[in-house]
Amino acid sequence: MTARPIKNSIFKGAVIVFSLIAITPILLIIYELVRKGYKQINISFFTEVAPSTWDAMMANNNGELIPGGILNGITGTLLMVFVASIIAIPIGLITGIYLYENAGKRYANVIRSISDILQGSPSIVIGIIGYFWVVKYITNGFSALAGSVALAIMMLPLIIRSTEETLKMIPQTIKEAGLALGVPYHKIIMRVLIPTSFSGLVTGILLALSRVIGETAPLLITALGSPMVNFNLDKPASAVPLLIWEFYNDPNMVNLIWSSSLFLVVFILTMNLISKKIAPKKN
Amino acid sequence: MNSENITKNILFVTSLIILLISIGMVITLVSGSIPIFKEFGFQFIYSTEWDPTAGRENYGALPVIVGTLITSFLALIICLPLAFSTSLFIAEYYKGSIISKIIGTLIDLLAGIPSIVYGLWGFYVLRPFIVQLGLSEQGYGIFTSSLVLAIMIIPYATSLSTEIISLVPNHLKEAAYSLGATRLEVIFNVTVPAARSGIIASYILAFGRAIGETMAVTMLIGNRNAIPHSIFDIGNTMASVIANQFGEAEGLKLSALIAIGLLLFLITAIINYLGKLVIKQFS
Amino acid sequence: MNSSIIEIKKPIISIQNLSVSYEKGKNAVNKVTADIKKNSITAIMGPSGCGKSTLLRAINRMHELYPNIKTEGKILLNDQDISRLSLIDLRRKVGMVFQHPNPFPSMSIYDNVISGYKLNGIRQKKSKRDDIVEKSLQDVALWSEVKDSLFKKGNFLSGGQQQRLCIARALAFEPDVILLDEPTSALDPIATSKIEELLVKLKKDYTIVMVTHNMAQAARISDQSIFMYLGDLIEYGKTKVMFTNPSDKRTEEYLTGKFG
Repeated sequence: MTARPIKNSIFKGAVIVFSLIAITPILLIIYELVRKGYKQINISFFTEVAPSTWDAMMANNNGELIPGGILNGITGTLLMVFVASIIAIPIGLITGIYLYENAGKRYANVIRSISDILQGSPSIVIGIIGYFWVVKYITNGFSALAGSVALAIMMLPLIIRSTEETLKMIPQTIKEAGLALGVPYHKIIMRVLIPTSFSGLVTGILLALSRVIGETAPLLITALGSPMVNFNLDKPASAVPLLIWEFYNDPNMVNLIWSSSLFLVVFILTMNLISKKIAPKKN
Repeated sequence: MNSENITKNILFVTSLIILLISIGMVITLVSGSIPIFKEFGFQFIYSTEWDPTAGRENYGALPVIVGTLITSFLALIICLPLAFSTSLFIAEYYKGSIISKIIGTLIDLLAGIPSIVYGLWGFYVLRPFIVQLGLSEQGYGIFTSSLVLAIMIIPYATSLSTEIISLVPNHLKEAAYSLGATRLEVIFNVTVPAARSGIIASYILAFGRAIGETMAVTMLIGNRNAIPHSIFDIGNTMASVIANQFGEAEGLKLSALIAIGLLLFLITAIINYLGKLVIKQFS
Repeated sequence: MNSSIIEIKKPIISIQNLSVSYEKGKNAVNKVTADIKKNSITAIMGPSGCGKSTLLRAINRMHELYPNIKTEGKILLNDQDISRLSLIDLRRKVGMVFQHPNPFPSMSIYDNVISGYKLNGIRQKKSKRDDIVEKSLQDVALWSEVKDSLFKKGNFLSGGQQQRLCIARALAFEPDVILLDEPTSALDPIATSKIEELLVKLKKDYTIVMVTHNMAQAARISDQSIFMYLGDLIEYGKTKVMFTNPSDKRTEEYLTGKFG
């Protein structure tokens, strides 16, 4: 007779314990990044390019901080994310609007399914695509453009779906109010739908950005990496995650791994939190 | 043509872009895979050989396919109790409380951590721990990768199932309580059955994530193209073999990697599609 | 169909043999003929699904938004076939107010009132705009309540105030006709009676056509009533006559609450 309440309590205890286990890794990871990473974060970390192995080794041997920083990574990330945004944001928004406007139609359902499949496809596969479409045929070598295209393909489905979902939250009658005033279709989109759902659209874009900023795999086989600051789209470029990968493969650079990761994670998590903050509340 | 139609056409034509991208992706992957299938036929899929030596080149994808499935399954199994408990914690036991919001936010943050940072953490923190436990000599391998993957997919497995569990109407649960059921019994006889397909779908989608995950696995799995003998053995996954070997690959080997990319794309597409189907059943 | 129809001299709107269908072979509005009297309130009543909203929306061609719509017959507005008018011209002349208050959430109160001009790219001097906004808000008795917060977004307004704002938005365009689709069904009784008062006042300058579920409302404020059933116009007459002495059995049953 008492078995049932006991089982009930045991299960509740297990739920609490497992939930606490589930949140431990994020705390451990952030703790590790801060503990090992904060030392290397200083002005030169943001203003200088990554050091050579030799410089890093000398510094390590003398017990000094590794000189240099991740400027080439930051500029590369900014460049590629910027170009990817220019490609993906307009296409994503417009396709999202299309899906919203044609919700029940067969073709729209196909586009939506394709977008979902693309969103689920592994980033390394999208890297292969960037390699074949851009590295091989357009820039004839690893390039920032190839990286941007790969990132843009990753951003597209995220923006498409968030745009559609955001627009769906606008009551149909708001659109009708515009139509009843005889307002042409494109003006209703530009001046009513987009402003009304603005914060939701921005949230979607920010989430898409924060998703691709940390991507390494697709850049590895498209942008490759570069020791210098490069704003040339048809030349290889670095990115913060690419630098982390390079530091990881170089035993002399270990200390820089943690500061770069700390920087990257703080950047992405801040973006995530901001986007959650401005996200429209579901009712 | 009036502005109405111009707008409609712009929307439609833009929506074609994502269709073309995905068709282009498939064409690129298929045409890149042709050489390897011409050489080895479908033996490529079930052969276990991987020998890039010129003259006796031989490529088989079975080890990486098996490696991928084992790591992802193991990750899912490790993740299940954590994600399920967290969903119940947030959406059932402490629904709406501050502690639930905190846990929810922390779980969401997990999704923001880049794959490469998980890899670093796994390499520098988890791997030594595995060695200490005596589970494996170097700490690399299937188990270590699965453990990190399990953490990485927690947010994907949790968010959707949490949402759906919290949607289970109260009057259903109250009916069971009024009959004297304990909370545990309500959860397993009312809540979970009502939310079943949503919960299953979120685990399917999380599994799809695990399959495509690249960097963290590449850094932890040990990178050996052979079928692993136990879960503590080293191995390779489809994504990690591409990330590792794409850079220097050409000829048949390149084609083999692209074919693996194609298989990876198809597998994740099918899994995602399945997940969506299950969700549809729910709604 | 032997429907009773009153004769109206010099109608502002003339609906002639209008049929609208969403599916093949099923008319939501079936061969309706009716003239609408200028500077009066005409109520369209009937049970759910009788086609009253479709009929109303046909007057400013909002019904064309639905997919696969087929329209036969015609509607004249001041003797002009509305299918020949551009949508903007038609909808300038025929304003519309919806069931749920729907001010544009991204715009201030001021911009909402003037939105017909703004969204259509019709330029106006600042002083003219100010006049339009003030006059429209005065007309809906909202001016004194919002004049200090014209440039705030309207989401702090009550439902009734928002609905009056939507009426002001329609009035700002100086239409000939205002269509209202159950304008008070989402409002409380006090807000409803304010809107009703307002409509009675507005008929001096405008022609009002409204769909309503609320028979008492139709009886209180309308001059003519149309009763529809299953897409057919059953009866059309002076409200007083129709409510006291309906000529069709179905009208009588509806008015006495036997169905609907």
